[in-house]
Amino acid sequence: MRGVTFTLILLGIALAIFALGRWFGSSYAFFMGYVVLQYIVLGTAWNILGGYTGYVNFGVTAFFAIGAYSTVVLHKLIPAMPLPVMIVIGGGLAGLVGLGTGYLTLRLRGVFFSIATLALAVVVQTLITNWDFVGGARGAYVLRPRVAPLIGGEYVQYLFLMMLIMCVIVLATARAIERSALGYGFAAIRDDEGAAEASGVPTLRLKLIATGLSGGFMGMAGAPLPYYVTYLDPASGFSLNYAVNAIAMPLIGGTSSWAGPVIGAVLVGGLQEYLRVTISSAVNVLVAGVLMVAFVIAAPQGIVGLFQRKRK
Amino acid sequence: MASSLTIGHIDAGYGAVHVLEDVSLNVGAGETVALLGTNGNGKSTLMKSIMGMVRPSKGSIKAVIDGKEHELIGRSTEEIVDLGIGFVPEGRRLFPKLTVTENLLLGAFRPKARSEINRNLDFCLETFPRLKERAGQLAGSMSGGEQQMLALARALMSAPRILLIDEPSVGLAPLLVSRTIDKIKELKEGYNLSVLMAEQNFTQAIRIADRGYVIVHGKIAFEGASAEALNNNELIREFYLGA
Repeated sequence: MRGVTFTLILLGIALAIFALGRWFGSSYAFFMGYVVLQYIVLGTAWNILGGYTGYVNFGVTAFFAIGAYSTVVLHKLIPAMPLPVMIVIGGGLAGLVGLGTGYLTLRLRGVFFSIATLALAVVVQTLITNWDFVGGARGAYVLRPRVAPLIGGEYVQYLFLMMLIMCVIVLATARAIERSALGYGFAAIRDDEGAAEASGVPTLRLKLIATGLSGGFMGMAGAPLPYYVTYLDPASGFSLNYAVNAIAMPLIGGTSSWAGPVIGAVLVGGLQEYLRVTISSAVNVLVAGVLMVAFVIAAPQGIVGLFQRKRK
Repeated sequence: MASSLTIGHIDAGYGAVHVLEDVSLNVGAGETVALLGTNGNGKSTLMKSIMGMVRPSKGSIKAVIDGKEHELIGRSTEEIVDLGIGFVPEGRRLFPKLTVTENLLLGAFRPKARSEINRNLDFCLETFPRLKERAGQLAGSMSGGEQQMLALARALMSAPRILLIDEPSVGLAPLLVSRTIDKIKELKEGYNLSVLMAEQNFTQAIRIADRGYVIVHGKIAFEGASAEALNNNELIREFYLGA
């Protein structure tokens, strides 16, 4: 029941944010907000695997780009397909790849799993780069409609709304996991996988759930991207930014709680956007990198951890 | 109804490395059986084979739980735990960054154990009053003796009928070793368990064991039908007592 209340509160907040954006009426605010929301989804998705079970996934871009490129394909095949359907399909595909990755890398622990995910990103990028149908290395144009369906106004508002809804879904899921037996099982795997096995925790199944969910949510976050950028090529779809930010934001916010990636995404995403406008468009990765190093040294539990320590 | 365990002629190892060769052993209903051997003789591998963490290449492992016989080879670890076999791994292997209570709750992760989780938790905290005091503390911050108690309690949370304990004395001071061994005896009687305990500490182990096996280089070298028989054995003198 508490989960339902939490979801309703999230929905309320999301609606309020959207209403505020409409009232404000600046398309720049929507474009910027979309990026922050996208990182909330991406960071939370990464955290379900990386934070809760302790399996560090460096292959964020693989899942993200699978979502994005599935939209490119769908857009070419069935241009009239509504975006929410594309998001579900993109997320489903990435989830399946996540499940497959989990299955293939079951025996890999710690850093070896991370290396395998890094390799996955390279493999997927190579495949996409050589796939002519989606534009190959040249990239593909995906023209977005001028007007948003259902809600009217600019199309970016519709993209923003979709991302907002995804945030609600992803955050409600993450919090539900934290407070369930599943979350305890994940924590057991993170602490000592061998001991978890000995205690009768079905480690294999839990890891598959984590890799599947995490990959699926990353794919969902990537699905609207072609409509957002309108031109997608492998270099931008597989950009290092996505991977660095999706890892840095939960680490900075705190990996132990659903709130961590949100705080991290708002803080780092907001700061990056501000610096992009005021200083340089290339400074954003630097910000994430420097902050990540600073937090790993000074506050390894992230911002959430700082508050939890004070409370105790 | 008590439960028993019968291992028949198993071979097991890791890849090309053969560790166990033709090992047979049984734990009768309500017995405490000691598995004695120094480092590197295959005690832990035998424990892991029973728990489904290492798959034997031949032989059989049968458990009779409350009158029903089950073949364990081919089952996953969680299924084996679910049948009613608890395992205390070597070196305790707690979840150091989780609290004592969380560690205990994780011992009852399987659906079957989850339905009785509150009763089992009360039982455990009653048996180990020290853990009750430390319920909110992180497991990794406790002393070795307390951690061993928690490891035992966690295994009991799955309400096992057969308990496997791998080297409970590792890293403990002599006084704590003898306390831990006493506790195992108390638990065995209180919970009506059958116990298989791998141990290097010969003198402590045979205090509570009904019978014992000596394992040398992956083979059962001696089977002692009683604690006295073990005490008077030549092999034991040679390996443990240095005489």
